[in-house]
Amino acid sequence: MELIYGHPKSLKPIQTKYCPGCGHGVIHRLITEVIDELGVQTKAIIMNPVGCSIWASLYFDFDSVQVPHGRTPAGATGIKRMKPDNLVICYQGDGDLAAIGTAEMIHAANRGEKFTTIFVNNAIYGMTGGQMAPTTLVGQKATTAPNGRDPIEAGMGYPIQVVELLSSLGGTKYLARGAVNNAANTRKTKQYIKKAFEAQLRGEGFTMVEILSQCPTNWAMEPRESVDWLEGNMIPFYKLGEIKNTLEGSAQ
Amino acid sequence: MAEEKRLMKGNEAMGEAAVRAGCTAYFGYPITPQNELTAYMAKHMLEQKRVFIQAESEVSAINMVYGAAATGARSMTSSSSPGISLKQEGISYACGADVPCVVINVARSGPGLGGISPGQGDYFQSTKGGGHGDYYHIVLAPKSVQESADLTYEAFDLADKWRMPVMVLADGMIGQMMEGVVLPRKRDLSELPKKPWAVGDSAGRELNHVDSTHLVPDEFEATNRARFKRYDEIKAAETRYEEQNIADAELILVAYGTSARVCLGAMEQARALGLKVGLFRPITLWPFPEQRLAELAGKGAKFLTVEMSMGQMVDDVRLHTHGKAEVFFYGRCGGNIPTEEDVLTEIRRILKK
Repeated sequence: MELIYGHPKSLKPIQTKYCPGCGHGVIHRLITEVIDELGVQTKAIIMNPVGCSIWASLYFDFDSVQVPHGRTPAGATGIKRMKPDNLVICYQGDGDLAAIGTAEMIHAANRGEKFTTIFVNNAIYGMTGGQMAPTTLVGQKATTAPNGRDPIEAGMGYPIQVVELLSSLGGTKYLARGAVNNAANTRKTKQYIKKAFEAQLRGEGFTMVEILSQCPTNWAMEPRESVDWLEGNMIPFYKLGEIKNTLEGSAQ
Repeated sequence: MAEEKRLMKGNEAMGEAAVRAGCTAYFGYPITPQNELTAYMAKHMLEQKRVFIQAESEVSAINMVYGAAATGARSMTSSSSPGISLKQEGISYACGADVPCVVINVARSGPGLGGISPGQGDYFQSTKGGGHGDYYHIVLAPKSVQESADLTYEAFDLADKWRMPVMVLADGMIGQMMEGVVLPRKRDLSELPKKPWAVGDSAGRELNHVDSTHLVPDEFEATNRARFKRYDEIKAAETRYEEQNIADAELILVAYGTSARVCLGAMEQARALGLKVGLFRPITLWPFPEQRLAELAGKGAKFLTVEMSMGQMVDDVRLHTHGKAEVFFYGRCGGNIPTEEDVLTEIRRILKK
């Protein structure tokens, strides 16, 4: 009998440490399904992030490099420049990418570094326990925004739309935003990841897929509630789709 | 055919030595007084189709070094004191993940933005684990342009041999002055050591993870203990120093780098006056030549440590002479360099002659 669907070869068959309802596991699966489809498991290198997904190397069945919080794009630059035919994947959360690592992100993108960033946006700090992230929505509560994010009175600023922010930079070739709150969005997100990885393997330039992901634990919600909250609150502000696509052969 | 002697600036000699040692990835950020080194690398690395990036910060530069080194490349950055402070996070990670790389510090005077004149106030941050956690790395201190080239070249071998960052601690004087230098042989990249632990192209082998994360205390402790065992081996194998006129010395000058050059002149002047003065020059600041210093301390000589700082290495000299010898200190700072006459005056004051 032909096996038409199974556990991805590039994803180790172990239970993750993620909370019930967390989006990381689904995103790990999408990444590894694409790697299997492209047949590049032995060419893949994942940058272990600092955050809940710090255990990435336990789950992904390929080489990994761990760098300091926020420095992923810098470390990946060194790797990709030396290993241009390998598939280098940066896996970063919102605090990692859009707070402590903003400079590294913007400059790596602007240089057109030829790796792919998977940017997991759950609008909160996960591992440290629910602090306000750069992507926390206005009014959204966090341990460090107990009355909700207040951009004006409390001077907490506004949520950053990362892919839109990066879209003006010449080095960026493919910037898309997906979500993993339902099956339709998840399937579309996988297509974005595949496009980004293929572009990387062709050496086209900087590629990023931002993925809206639920964090029921730190949002203080049931998993079911969290996917609805993402739909009703995050997607209206963080628009889904291909925000920039200047890949060769693609019509903008 | 032997290389001919050329006249070169220290910064450029270190750059050329790195290229010849097989450095295939360089990442830097502008800071005085090391700018000629970054510019040299831009020209020569790009010419040879090697990787050169002017990073957006020192923080990024050291992490690019870490990434390139994780793939097994000979990778380097250079900076000056305030920039080295910024690199300390990355150096701690490189030490924690056993990633070999080379960091050149053309040191200037501090603290803070300080000045752009030479200084030796980076001894502590270089030799005592300048970032967080339990670690050390090799620190080499050249006294001349020739030695800056030789030690930079060798730094890559030491880094690979011991799997750790190696720092070349020069200063603005060494970086900026011109001297005659005979450069080492250019290595063919095919003769560089293989690195089975490096990431990339994993077909046919176990996976490699370059990582400093340890969340299980007992496992982490075992890793740190193993690393410190390696440190003991490094102390036994790599400690280097130079001695002159030590045998009959009543006063031993202890100095490294530019200060040692000054002390050499002061010692010669003192000898001409019939004063029994010797010079002890640590070449490795880590590992510090502690055992030899302890031996010398038992022989009745006094010690005078001379530094371009308010006194940092002198702490190690006191520590390793174990109270068995009188230890004096003379230092200039703020970008000032002691003169031979200054040191001679201090020698005469101590010897009361």
